[in-house]
Amino acid sequence: MQIYLPIAEVAANALTLLGIGGGVGMLSGMFGVGGGFLVTPLLFFIGIPPAVAVATGVNQVVASSISGVLAHLKRKTVDLPMGMVLLAGGLVGSTIGIALFRWLSRMGQIDLVVQLSYVLFLGVIGALMLQESLRAWWRTTRPNTPRRKAHVHTWVHALPLKMKFRASGLYISVIPPLLVGALVGILGAIMGVGGGFLMVPAMIYLLGMPTKVVIGTSLFQIIFTAAFTTLMHAVTSHSVDIVLAFFLILGGVIGAQVGAVIGLRLKAEQLRILLALLVLAVSAKIGLDLVLRPDELFSISVPGRH
Amino acid sequence: MRVLLALLLLILATPLRAGEIVGALSQNRVSLTANFSGTEILIFGAIRQDAARIEEDAPFDIIIVVEGPREPVAIRRKDRVLGIWVNTEQALMASVPSFYAVATTGPLAQILSPDEDARLRISPAQAIRAEQIVGGGGDPAAFSEALLRLRARAEAYRALDRWVFLDRDILFRANVRLPANLTEGAYTTRMYLVREGQVVHQFRTAIFVRKEGIERWLSQMAYDQPLLYGLMALLLALVAGWGASEATRFLRR
Repeated sequence: MQIYLPIAEVAANALTLLGIGGGVGMLSGMFGVGGGFLVTPLLFFIGIPPAVAVATGVNQVVASSISGVLAHLKRKTVDLPMGMVLLAGGLVGSTIGIALFRWLSRMGQIDLVVQLSYVLFLGVIGALMLQESLRAWWRTTRPNTPRRKAHVHTWVHALPLKMKFRASGLYISVIPPLLVGALVGILGAIMGVGGGFLMVPAMIYLLGMPTKVVIGTSLFQIIFTAAFTTLMHAVTSHSVDIVLAFFLILGGVIGAQVGAVIGLRLKAEQLRILLALLVLAVSAKIGLDLVLRPDELFSISVPGRH
Repeated sequence: MRVLLALLLLILATPLRAGEIVGALSQNRVSLTANFSGTEILIFGAIRQDAARIEEDAPFDIIIVVEGPREPVAIRRKDRVLGIWVNTEQALMASVPSFYAVATTGPLAQILSPDEDARLRISPAQAIRAEQIVGGGGDPAAFSEALLRLRARAEAYRALDRWVFLDRDILFRANVRLPANLTEGAYTTRMYLVREGQVVHQFRTAIFVRKEGIERWLSQMAYDQPLLYGLMALLLALVAGWGASEATRFLRR
């Protein structure tokens, strides 16, 4: 069934959109990520204009993060003060990101920057995750190897403006979380993602937060950053397509429940290896597109439209 | 008597090469609604000419042009920079048709003289007015050709040769498909009666394309009240996210 999307100004198949939402929702249910990094490239692929894909992708992230964070709030695995600090950084980052996005669109380089960011960040995160999860898997098969120290003091702990984060059991400066939030905000606005795939490792390895509060806190922060980004995109570039968002969210909500059930049946390490491979595959695909000679060197765009 | 008849025929056959074309459309309004996936417009009409002269006149052809609203475009070219393909040069054209279809009774190049094409800007290559291009480095023609090629591939510019059907030498009709990704505005429809490479007569009408119903409401809101629209998008996300978590709780119990 074809649906005409009023902002994207193209018709798309409703079942395809539900399928994309559902497939990504399933993965986000399995792995606990928002899935923005998959939605946005898939929307590019089916011919949604990049600006609309990015803005609408962020809107979809809001929905999936809300349903995730509610579950975490009930389990009390959200560090609210830490979330607020990250959020303060995130809002600043998002504002910068939106301005960058507009500037790059006008320069005709937005596609390049979006693609490069995907290759770089997905590649690095995927590789780190794969390495880490393979090591964890290896550890579970040979239980006697020594574990990594839980708390390592680094330069992060020497900065001023220290604050207590009880749920995380941390007493650290607010500067690193502010910076992490800002960086994720910038990338979220440009790449159309929530940034969970970046935030989670940064919280564990850079801030030293305990793993159990990481996902809930990151989701909490992402809701607000993504909501703010959606609003900014709607106001500055009129590129949020609510009809597109509706089908993606509907599919995503159903898919997430299916994914959560599948996720319970798989081992955590195997799950992380799968996610790492998936992230690397997306990165490699986009990277190849940049390096290989394109079939068509020319492209056209209509200024003022998406 | 015979001389008189010959004279009469001569008067009828010479300079006055009359002949008129009149046409109509199966619909002159297209509504972009939620389930719009393109539409077909039937363009039809008739040729009016003096019955006595039909035999002597050269055969005629019909050209039908459907032209979407004009808009500016930016054309960009990729080049390899540090191993990756990057947009480097760009060219701008202030006004090119968003949609352009030329349907004819025969191959356009054969039925229309190049001078006449240049004068009336009928073929797509003429209609885009390549001379208006700005930028494009040393080779602006490559950019305007790329525009034609890309738009043709996207089926926005179409050459429909032998697409117009003639009936008893006075009636004609053609089906032109409008794709799903239409721009709003007036689509001018021109019908040309062509004889010996020259346009003898033309007829103009238009198709009006606009968003209707919820599509119109949403896109107007997105532009007129963007903050409210953005909040509405967030409300949708909130309701869906909260609903999903409640539904899961309900199902698990």
